[in-house]
Amino acid sequence: MALFDKFTPLRAAYERHESAGDNPFSVVFDRVLSPTEALIGNREILLLGTNNYLGLTYDKAVVASAVEALQALGSGTTGSRIANGSYQGHRELERALADFYGRRHAMVFSTGYQANLGILSAIAGKHDHLLLDADCHASIYDGARLGYAQVTRFRHNDPDDLRARLRRLADAPGDKIVVVEGIYSMLGDTAPLAAFAAVKREFGAYLVVDEAHSLGVLGASGRGLAEAAGVEAECDFIVGTFSKSLGGVGGFCVSDMEGFDILRVVSRPYMFTASPPPAVIAATLEALHQLRARPALRQRLADNARRLYNGLAGRGFTLGPEPNPVVSAIMPGPEVAFAFWSRLLAAGLYTNVSLPPATPRGLALLRSSVSAAHTPEQIDRALDMFAAVGRELGLIAPERARAAG
Amino acid sequence: METSVEHIREVVFDVLRASPNPPAALSDATSIVTDLGLDSVAVMDFVMEIEDRLDITVPLDKIAEIESLGDLVNTLSTLKVAA
Repeated sequence: MALFDKFTPLRAAYERHESAGDNPFSVVFDRVLSPTEALIGNREILLLGTNNYLGLTYDKAVVASAVEALQALGSGTTGSRIANGSYQGHRELERALADFYGRRHAMVFSTGYQANLGILSAIAGKHDHLLLDADCHASIYDGARLGYAQVTRFRHNDPDDLRARLRRLADAPGDKIVVVEGIYSMLGDTAPLAAFAAVKREFGAYLVVDEAHSLGVLGASGRGLAEAAGVEAECDFIVGTFSKSLGGVGGFCVSDMEGFDILRVVSRPYMFTASPPPAVIAATLEALHQLRARPALRQRLADNARRLYNGLAGRGFTLGPEPNPVVSAIMPGPEVAFAFWSRLLAAGLYTNVSLPPATPRGLALLRSSVSAAHTPEQIDRALDMFAAVGRELGLIAPERARAAG
Repeated sequence: METSVEHIREVVFDVLRASPNPPAALSDATSIVTDLGLDSVAVMDFVMEIEDRLDITVPLDKIAEIESLGDLVNTLSTLKVAA
C-alpha cells in the first residue's frame, strides 16, 4: 500500500472538480486590485468571499505604516519571541489591544489559528475539562487536541445542553473551561452569550470567546459579541485574529487573569514559532487605530450585510439565521454548491464553497462575506448574479416572482 | 440505569436506526467510517446523541480511538460502569 492510498477517494473528487474547472480550492487571483476587486486573467472579479470586513487592506495609513516598518526594521524577525526576543512593536500592539479591550493583559500570536492552539492547549491542563460548542472552528478543536485536557462537545448555541454536560461533570476534578465564538464563520450566527455567561457563573467555569469574525463587526466600539451582549466581565479570555477586520495576519488573546504572562513560557504555539514581522505588526496596529477611530466603517458593514442578506432572502434563497457579514446560502448538496460557485465566478463574482465536515449538520454552503468597502451598487450587482444563477439551477422561482415581490 | 453491554449496544443501534438514512445492517463489526460513511463531525454528532441517552460523557480523544461499533460499545460500557 502506497503512502497516499488513504487519500484515493478524496483525490478522485478533487481531480474531478479540477478537470471540470470548478475547483474552489485552487483559485488563483492573478492580481488583487482592491478589497472588493481582483483580476483572474483579464477578467474583473467582484470579491464577496474575503472576510475583509472593514476593507482596511488598502487603507493608505495602514499601508504607509507597513512600508515604514518594513524599511526601518526589515522583512522578518527570524525567530521566536521567547528564544530570539521581541520587537518593540510586538509590545506596543499588545498594549494597544489591552487598552482597546480594557484588559490588563494581551498576547500576540503569529496567526489566529495559533492563538486558539496556544491558549486552549496551555490554559487547560491534564485534569481540566474543555467544553466546546459543536460548531466551533477547527482551530479550537485542534487547540483542544494539542493539550491534555478532557474535551467534551455541547450542542451548538444551546446553554441548556451546556448546563446538562457541566452537571454531568460536576463531580469530576479539575477546572471547566467553556469555549464559544462571537459570530460563527459558516452560517454567520451569533452565540447567546448572556445565557452562556449565566451557565458559566452557575458552575464556576471559565469562559473563552473567539471573536475572530465579530471583532470590528459587533459592539458599540467594535469589540465584538461580548461587548454587544454586555457580558465582557464574564468572558475570562477573548481570542481573536488580525486577518479579518484588521486586514493583516496574526492572532491575540486578552484577559484580566492574574498571572496571565506565564502563558508566554507555557504555550508551545507561542514559543516555538517565528513572531509576526514588523510590517504586519505596524499595519495591524494602524488598522486597530482605524477600527477605533472610524465607527462609520462598522455602520457601512452592517448596512451592506443587511442589504445582501435581505436581498438574497427576498429572492428566495435559504440563508443562515441572522443578517451578519457572513451570509451563507444553503445549497441542496455539494454538487449544486460547486455548480453555483463556478457559474458565479464565470459571471464575475467570487464567493466560497463550504462543505462538511467543515460545516454544521452536513450542510453544503455557498458562503459570502461582506465588506464595508463594498458599494451598494456592488451588492446589488452580486444579488443580480445570484438571482440569475439561482434561476438557472432551479433553486429559486423565475423572474416573475421577484417582480411581484 | 441499565449498564449492560447488551443494553448499550441496543441504544447505539437505536440511534443509528433513527437517523435520516438508516443503515441496512448493523453489527459489532460495522465500521463507523467505511460502512456508515460518517465524517469526523457526523461521528461526534452521533456520539453526542448516545451521551444523552446514556447520561455519560465521552471525551473526544476516546472517540478518536473508535473504529467499529463494537469498539464504541466497549468504550461506552467502560465509561458507564465508571460513571
